[in-house]
Amino acid sequence: MDALALARWQFAITTVYHFIFVPLTIGLAPIVAGMQTAWVVTKKERWLRLTKFFGKLLLINFALGVVTGIWQEFQFGMAWSEYSRFVGDVFGAPLAMEALAAFFVESVFLGVWIFGWDRVSKKIHLASIWLFALATNLSAFFILAANSWMQHPVGAVYNPETGRAEMESIWAVLTNNTLLAAFPHTITAAFLTAGTFVAGIAAWWMVRLARSRKPEHLETARTVYRPAVLVGVWVMIVAGLGVAFTGDVQGKLMYEQQPGKMSSAEALCEGTESAEFSILAIGPLQAGCEDVNHVLSVPGLTSYLGTGHFSGEESYLPGVYDVQEAYSERYGDVTVDGEPVTYTPPLAITYWSFRLMIGFAAFSVALALAALWLTRRGRVSDNVWLGRLGILAIPMPFLACSFGWIFTEVGRQPWVVAPNPTGIDAVRLLTDRGVSTAVPPGMILTSMIVLTVIYAALAVVWYRLMHRYTIEGVPDAVRDESPEARDDDTDRPLSFAY
Amino acid sequence: MDLAILWFVIIAVLWTGYLVLEGFDFGVGMLLSILPRGDREHREKERRVLVNTIGPVWDGNEVWLLTAGGATFAAFPEWYATMFSGFYLPLLIILVGLVARGVAFEYRGKIADPAWARRCDLAIQAGSWIPAVMWGVAFGNLVRGLLLDESFQYVGGFWALLNPFALLGGLTTATLFLLHGAVFVALKTDGDIRHRAARLASGLSVVTLVVAGGWALWAQLAFSEPWTWIAVLVAAGSLVGVVVTTRQRREGLAFALSAVTIVAAVVLIFGSMFPDVIPAVDGGTSLSVAEASSTDYTLTVMSWVAVFLTPLVIAYQAWTYWVFRRRLSTRDIPAPAGLSWQKIKDAAF
Repeated sequence: MDALALARWQFAITTVYHFIFVPLTIGLAPIVAGMQTAWVVTKKERWLRLTKFFGKLLLINFALGVVTGIWQEFQFGMAWSEYSRFVGDVFGAPLAMEALAAFFVESVFLGVWIFGWDRVSKKIHLASIWLFALATNLSAFFILAANSWMQHPVGAVYNPETGRAEMESIWAVLTNNTLLAAFPHTITAAFLTAGTFVAGIAAWWMVRLARSRKPEHLETARTVYRPAVLVGVWVMIVAGLGVAFTGDVQGKLMYEQQPGKMSSAEALCEGTESAEFSILAIGPLQAGCEDVNHVLSVPGLTSYLGTGHFSGEESYLPGVYDVQEAYSERYGDVTVDGEPVTYTPPLAITYWSFRLMIGFAAFSVALALAALWLTRRGRVSDNVWLGRLGILAIPMPFLACSFGWIFTEVGRQPWVVAPNPTGIDAVRLLTDRGVSTAVPPGMILTSMIVLTVIYAALAVVWYRLMHRYTIEGVPDAVRDESPEARDDDTDRPLSFAY
Repeated sequence: MDLAILWFVIIAVLWTGYLVLEGFDFGVGMLLSILPRGDREHREKERRVLVNTIGPVWDGNEVWLLTAGGATFAAFPEWYATMFSGFYLPLLIILVGLVARGVAFEYRGKIADPAWARRCDLAIQAGSWIPAVMWGVAFGNLVRGLLLDESFQYVGGFWALLNPFALLGGLTTATLFLLHGAVFVALKTDGDIRHRAARLASGLSVVTLVVAGGWALWAQLAFSEPWTWIAVLVAAGSLVGVVVTTRQRREGLAFALSAVTIVAAVVLIFGSMFPDVIPAVDGGTSLSVAEASSTDYTLTVMSWVAVFLTPLVIAYQAWTYWVFRRRLSTRDIPAPAGLSWQKIKDAAF
């Protein structure tokens, strides 16, 4: 493999891996903060127990998000130095802002939260987890600002003298309509992930305790886990509606901004009015656009998703061939090997990742509905299938998030910076022009192997810890360790220590 | 003032923050097997004392690195691109070290098992020693210069980075951070370990004075400007101060002085590089501050962001050091709260 292919694989592996931990952190941090708020306000011990329980899982998860994040920032310069030279003037700014505005708040106040139970007042301690939660979400905003600029470059001009993109307006970069759609979509997906995580674990525990029939277990199932199920389910419902709505907004934008991505997602070969949405297609899609057999389709739905119209002139959508033709005419680039560029992304990956994203996300609906029904009007469910469904549902939104990113990044190809159809043509960069030229392929292969091995080992540890600490359940005895609850001034052992 | 020069200074400030702060938590990690004494149980307690002195703060310290990296990307794209691709292998090694120690800090106590703790300790030590040496090697090469072609691509190869000057730079940062860490432990702990740390710091300060002093003189005479003699003298003076104050057991002052030494070292390094961000070597091209920088617009935007946020960051980060100011001793360490190895091993659906 050449440096380009290796650098792309490396980016894909490390980024998808990093984004296993990110959505759970983004969604779970505010949920834990909410639980702690409930404890501080209501003084009910169950909320403190839940805070400690889910807080521990949050920390186990966050640790890997942090350490895998360092590489994310480094690899632009290491493996994609020509990309970095081209975009740095624009793309670097949100990255630096992310570090300065979000990462510092995150790491500093998480430190206060973990170690500060007995060191700072209850209010400051609560404020720490909220600041942490806000900062994780703010961090998502800045990194998505950077990514959205690659999907839809705005606020920049091309300087032919230096051969680089230059920023004209930071305001335009931070209010990019692509960003304003991608940010809520990503955040709601993260909340769906975390809501499913909380509801799934709590449902499994509720059922497990309810089935033991011991009165004290039933009491815990009713007073601790049932409320947690409901917290998770309501987060899922709100986030699920949000993710569907924002996804729809994004789809419409994408047809304007990156028509190749959407027509590939639909395997729509020829431009057409009233385009069908194929729910199931058979065919390898390898040989090209025609190599597909739409088994089950909904008439007009794709047109509706793309344009807001089921039929008629306004429902016209360009197909893969139209995009190829229009882009060849407009850009007519050649690849590094001198071949004409294919302006539509790999069809099979784009088509399937789009469907898998939606399908895996939709699975959460099953858990939400089952849990709502089985816990209606104060009921504690002992239905063994609810417990199993809870566990089964947990990985689904993670997979949906991964396929969502695979879709959006693969769908951007062959561009690393996609041209903005209404912007300045020259602010665009083909992926094969972005890779580092000074780094030999063997070096990239080395780092890819090293990182893959380390990441695989860390995944095993992460999974075992998450799993085992889940099975431990909420702690039985929790005490209020805050300075105001302490009756004496003598130094005691730390309430938390590594 | 020229914004590009201002940003060169800001990058130097960010690296200063990083090396002063993570410098001592590298040092604490490097001392993990060196300082603890006594029977097995007591050694484990002392190791936990060490890890907990930096527990609430190490992650915040590391963000200075991420900020320096992000700011370099935004303010000097050419520098970021050339340096990061040129230092590909060293950065990978540093990164692996940072990953290992970060995970080890967070997961060490999650499993209550001596074998697991040993493995995490190994990761913490390797993950502290390796970056401590490598940052010195990297900065040594930036001071000395790198072989760039006319399109600013690094063409010198990996082995050229391991020249004597850069390697002595690595030894310098390692001893400096080890000393900085020992002084920090003396300042932040109580009981036996405090006294051992103080004694070690006092010995180390002499070694550091020789090693770092030698490197600073070499850098000054071979690669630097007359005005950076000030930095060399401040570094030497503060190190002598560390030698004296560690003997007098004035721990707070000793820590302040070892921090000043690191600040002076960064001034020397960046002062030697200026007006280049990567000086030329062996007849290659140099990359200057002006050539590497972003447009005035981007630098203006970033300046406003930095002006508002940096003081705020320093304020709340300083506040956390105040919150966790208490000295720790083995008495403060609670019983291990992690789950047993058996339980973790059994975890499989």
